[in-house]
Amino acid sequence: MVSIALPKRPVSPTGVWGWITTVDHKRIGVLYGVSALVFFVLAGIEALVMRMQLAEADSDLISTDAYNALFTMHGTTMIFMVIMPLGAAFFNFLIPLMIGARDVAFPRLNAFSYWLFIFGAILMNISFFNSSAPDAGWFAYAPLTSNAFSGSSGVDYWILGLQVLGIGTLSAGFNFVITILNLRAPGMTLMRMPIFAWMTLIISFLIIFAFPVITVAITLLLFDRFFGTNFYSTAAGADPLLWQHLFWVFGHPEVYILILPAMGIISDILPTFTRKPLFGYTTIVLAGAVIAFLGFGVWAHHMFTVGLGGWAISAFAVSTMGIAVPTGVKIFNWLATLYGGSITFKTPMLFTIGFISMFLLGGLSGVMHAIVPVDTQQSDTYFIVAHFHYVLFGGSVFGLTAGLYYWFPKITGRMMSETLGKVHFWLMLIGFNLTFFPMHFLGVLGMPRRIYTYSGDQGWEGINQLVSAGSFVVALAVLIMLLNILRSMRAGQPAGQNPWGAPTLEWSIPSPPPHYNFAVVPTVRSLYPLWNEDGETVNPPDLPYVDESSIHMPSPSYWPLVVAAAITIAAGALLIWQWHSWTGYLVISLSGFLGIYSIYRWVFEPITATESIEAGVHH
Amino acid sequence: MQYIVNGSESDHRTSTGLNNRKLLMWAFLGSDSMFFGPLIATHFIHRGKSLHGPIEDIFNIPVTTISTFVLLLSSLAMVLALAGIQRGDLRSFRIWTATTALLGMVFIGFQMVEFTEFAAEGLTPRTSLFGSTFLTLTGFHGAHVTVGILWLWSIFFASFRGKIKKENSLDVEIAGLYWHFVDIVWIIIFGVVYLVGTYGVEDRLIEHASVIGRLIG
Repeated sequence: MVSIALPKRPVSPTGVWGWITTVDHKRIGVLYGVSALVFFVLAGIEALVMRMQLAEADSDLISTDAYNALFTMHGTTMIFMVIMPLGAAFFNFLIPLMIGARDVAFPRLNAFSYWLFIFGAILMNISFFNSSAPDAGWFAYAPLTSNAFSGSSGVDYWILGLQVLGIGTLSAGFNFVITILNLRAPGMTLMRMPIFAWMTLIISFLIIFAFPVITVAITLLLFDRFFGTNFYSTAAGADPLLWQHLFWVFGHPEVYILILPAMGIISDILPTFTRKPLFGYTTIVLAGAVIAFLGFGVWAHHMFTVGLGGWAISAFAVSTMGIAVPTGVKIFNWLATLYGGSITFKTPMLFTIGFISMFLLGGLSGVMHAIVPVDTQQSDTYFIVAHFHYVLFGGSVFGLTAGLYYWFPKITGRMMSETLGKVHFWLMLIGFNLTFFPMHFLGVLGMPRRIYTYSGDQGWEGINQLVSAGSFVVALAVLIMLLNILRSMRAGQPAGQNPWGAPTLEWSIPSPPPHYNFAVVPTVRSLYPLWNEDGETVNPPDLPYVDESSIHMPSPSYWPLVVAAAITIAAGALLIWQWHSWTGYLVISLSGFLGIYSIYRWVFEPITATESIEAGVHH
Repeated sequence: MQYIVNGSESDHRTSTGLNNRKLLMWAFLGSDSMFFGPLIATHFIHRGKSLHGPIEDIFNIPVTTISTFVLLLSSLAMVLALAGIQRGDLRSFRIWTATTALLGMVFIGFQMVEFTEFAAEGLTPRTSLFGSTFLTLTGFHGAHVTVGILWLWSIFFASFRGKIKKENSLDVEIAGLYWHFVDIVWIIIFGVVYLVGTYGVEDRLIEHASVIGRLIG
């Protein structure tokens, strides 16, 4: 073998190199979380620039093209680089801890997922430096995105970035399906899993069934744009709705990929702060599964105004109303959990209640869209923008923030500041409603979404000023959150093992958890292993002493990173190929060779490097 | 409600009793179905919509029937290869693994000849919508078969380095799962795209000509 020329396999998980080569699910979770927060700030700035532009009528702060790029990248970034990876951050950190496992089923595949996510996101954002950011909307409707109508390379960056990122998401989906099905501790039956583990399982299934469809849609668009095929060419006879169908067959399950993590998080927070078992555990699990199934059968409600015909529209209207039922079931279960509980209003609980109420509002305007005549009126207006921000910001972001406050002590070993947390919550709640509630009125008054300006005589200026003011309150709230994170990491109160008196398995080990998670693999006897029959928190029994060096964990590896880099370079090389074909061929061949070679090295690399065990003994 | 620590390690037993990698392959195949599904649908909903060039009348059904039969035979060989290694019969494993890979290569050979002939008759991914949908679908299938062939040769040669034994016959079983799946996908493509596709093609050709006539006229 040629291993002499290669960097030595890292054996000790310290320093920057330790983070780069890590296969530890907890570190990968932290990497996901930190990256997502960076993109959150970026997407927030994009939103603020848009709101500054719209704050006054006939504004010429930014150009039409810049505005198009901003709303496209704001949407794409928030969905694929903020909410999904924030969900992934929690899956990664928590799932093995919740089900009593020492790591995920495929630790190196997990690192591979993260690197593809970050490389794909960077590849797409490089377009800003090439002054050709994607500008066709986050759903990139073809034929608008075909060469004939989108000549710049913005759409190319979008396609390639999303394709790379999508492979990472798919790998993560496979990993978590297998981890949750196969790595549960003894006694951890499926129906004893925390709801968050259940929702992760359901989301992972959604990912592995929905992402291939967007992969096809994007691949066909890529072939059209780079190789001159005719998939979206109406001039060659193609169906102009092909992209819309493919995209939304993916796009609607994607909505549930974004919201189910938040639902899982708050279902695990509620029992802790009400000191009551979750009301209707089984129905919440089943409702989640039903939502996932129905989620594949409602996609055409995004297309009510394109002329599908009466029968198709009626069928999709009914299925859309149907999917509100399991969602309603969940909301009633959460309310019933609150009822009669001894509630403590810590910050995670505040965000949980914020989630339930804001998501309810978004869900109600969602049901309105199931009524086709109403939807026809509201389609492509600010009413839609209001609706999906209530679901995705008031829903997903509030829920994920609740999770941040709840599990931050477990992740870092320190509590977040309650004072700053409460300021954060109230500013966020007020700012959020100030920003998005008036958008309902703008929509009803007829303001279309995605317009870069409007004239003063349309009567939209006052409400728009209110909305823009609200968006800066949200920005302030986010700054306070970041301040809270940074301060608490260094100076927060030490958390101890179980600061909230929570009932689930991740609170039975030290904070932050040791790299092997559980010194002794636990046996689980109930849904709430850390609560006794009276709902009192009990300490886990003292464990027998276990020599750390006897626990064999997978060693770090850099092959996942190299394979991910090779895939990204090959994707980027298509852009080089457009510019200079032979250079492109060269780069594609080299990265292809590197990729295949690295896959072989990865496959034949032993899971545990022998040196690492010796290092453990010497340590 | 009690939290009981069980001292006995049971790390190597999975909760479902199924091996992680085998379950991963099943999950991947489920996911891959959702990759071929939209490709087949994209081809089929555009049936009779292509405005230029040859359509299904270009197919040579007898020849494709032979290549389909070759691919089906390869699945039989794959079953025998797995049975061989499960018995610990390395010789049988090698013979049948090589046969599977060779039959796969024959299938790819047929496909290359087919694509070359079609190109000569003016059907490429660029020339028409039918060319785009048909060649992309069958091309992706061919790429799957090619990955399978590389995989089979990999385990074939690995067996000479002592890496394939009765104890890890699972490695062969997983490759076999993939191979059979790719085979089944071809059965669907052959049935839907070739056989159903050519049904009534003469009528559609006449209609096609009249559409073109109207467009030109």
